[in-house]
Amino acid sequence: MLTKRIIPCLDVKDNRVVKGVNFLNLRDAGDPVELGARYSDSGADELVFLDITATIRSRKTIVEMVRRVAQNVFIPFTVGGGVRTIEQIDELLRSGAEKVSVNTAAVQHPDLLAQASRRFGNQCVVLAIDARRSQTRPGHWQVCVKAGSEPTDIDVVEWAAHGEELGAGEILLTSMDADGTLAGYDNELNKAVSDAVNIPVIASGGAGTLDHLYDAIVVGGADAVLMASITHFGDYTITQMKEYLRDRGLPMNL
Amino acid sequence: MIVVIDYNVGNVKSVCNALQHIGCDAEVSRDPAQIEKANGLVLPGVAAFGYAREALGSADVLVRQAADACKPILGICVGHQLLFDESCEYGPQQGLGLIHGAVVPIPAEQTVPHMGWNLVELPEEMELLAGLGPAKHFYFAHSFHARVEDEQAKVAHTDYGFPLTASVQKGNIYGVQFHPEKSGPQGLQVLRNFHAICKRRV
Repeated sequence: MLTKRIIPCLDVKDNRVVKGVNFLNLRDAGDPVELGARYSDSGADELVFLDITATIRSRKTIVEMVRRVAQNVFIPFTVGGGVRTIEQIDELLRSGAEKVSVNTAAVQHPDLLAQASRRFGNQCVVLAIDARRSQTRPGHWQVCVKAGSEPTDIDVVEWAAHGEELGAGEILLTSMDADGTLAGYDNELNKAVSDAVNIPVIASGGAGTLDHLYDAIVVGGADAVLMASITHFGDYTITQMKEYLRDRGLPMNL
Repeated sequence: MIVVIDYNVGNVKSVCNALQHIGCDAEVSRDPAQIEKANGLVLPGVAAFGYAREALGSADVLVRQAADACKPILGICVGHQLLFDESCEYGPQQGLGLIHGAVVPIPAEQTVPHMGWNLVELPEEMELLAGLGPAKHFYFAHSFHARVEDEQAKVAHTDYGFPLTASVQKGNIYGVQFHPEKSGPQGLQVLRNFHAICKRRV
């Protein structure tokens, strides 16, 4: 049986892992390659690296980082942040990333998803969505782009379903309202999206306790849970998370 | 020396990194002289089947020659799928036909792609999977799977609502649908086993 995945997320800025609250107030959490290797050794199922600066200068740094990670990390990892073109996706995959996530560029040019999946296979194309609860339409979320700074009028659930049609192989779904708060995932959001698509959904934003992980999977219907704060700062080890979820009856890779 | 065939698809380097990490002399190449010299070949994954087939291009002759010369060949993910007769990903495509069978979509009742760690039953007679006990988790990421129709092939399965082909072996031809280079310690053991199989021929 396919297991549920525990995915530490490493937000990278100026070659350091950082973590903030609601996308702001960044705190230093270490060297990306070292932290990645430590997570790989301690039983993480997968890793996500997000280049949160995503400038032309940071592009080169991130490709270099991907190469170094790939020499030391023997579990799959996804790289994202500012990815705009097929050539960039190709370069990141060739440097050793298993998957590449696209966010703003997919909203602006949805054809990028189709082109990427046709060339590389949909299993390495991750559609990252930053979702914010709509102020005007209860029970709806709006897609935000440019690292969450720019709200659009696109509905998150519709966009996720459309993304699947275009060729995304996975959805990385971040609740901007919950991100960094440690108050739990937005499981209404997770459920709405996981019901609307037949590709895996990674729940992201808000993990603070072991219960939160369980709820994202069981209540939210997520296939995988992504977390940063609770693991970077040593609150829980990966093994503690996995044993807890296994003991509550979920299939885990232990 | 093991040559990881460079055919312009993703993750070629990851396979080479993992082989080097376990102390294997490995290089990424599509130079016919290097391929001929190699003790074993790896046909890596990550691409759509049609793209991979096209990108492999004339190197398919070299792979066939190596297969005929009884050189161990390990196909990974799409590389594993290329070992079979045909695939229907984005239209019908011919594979290498080294193992009989067809590559077909994972049924839509399941979440597709099959993405993540799944438990693989490890039959004792499959030397590629030796030393790992009766079952272990491996990392999968694919939307198509190989339906083996070859009586001479040994098959290991994983359960994805149906018995999905996780690994196949026919003589010197080995395939894994999962990514050993991304499956942590157990994945590295599979690569060590392949390395040992290649060394036996020296």
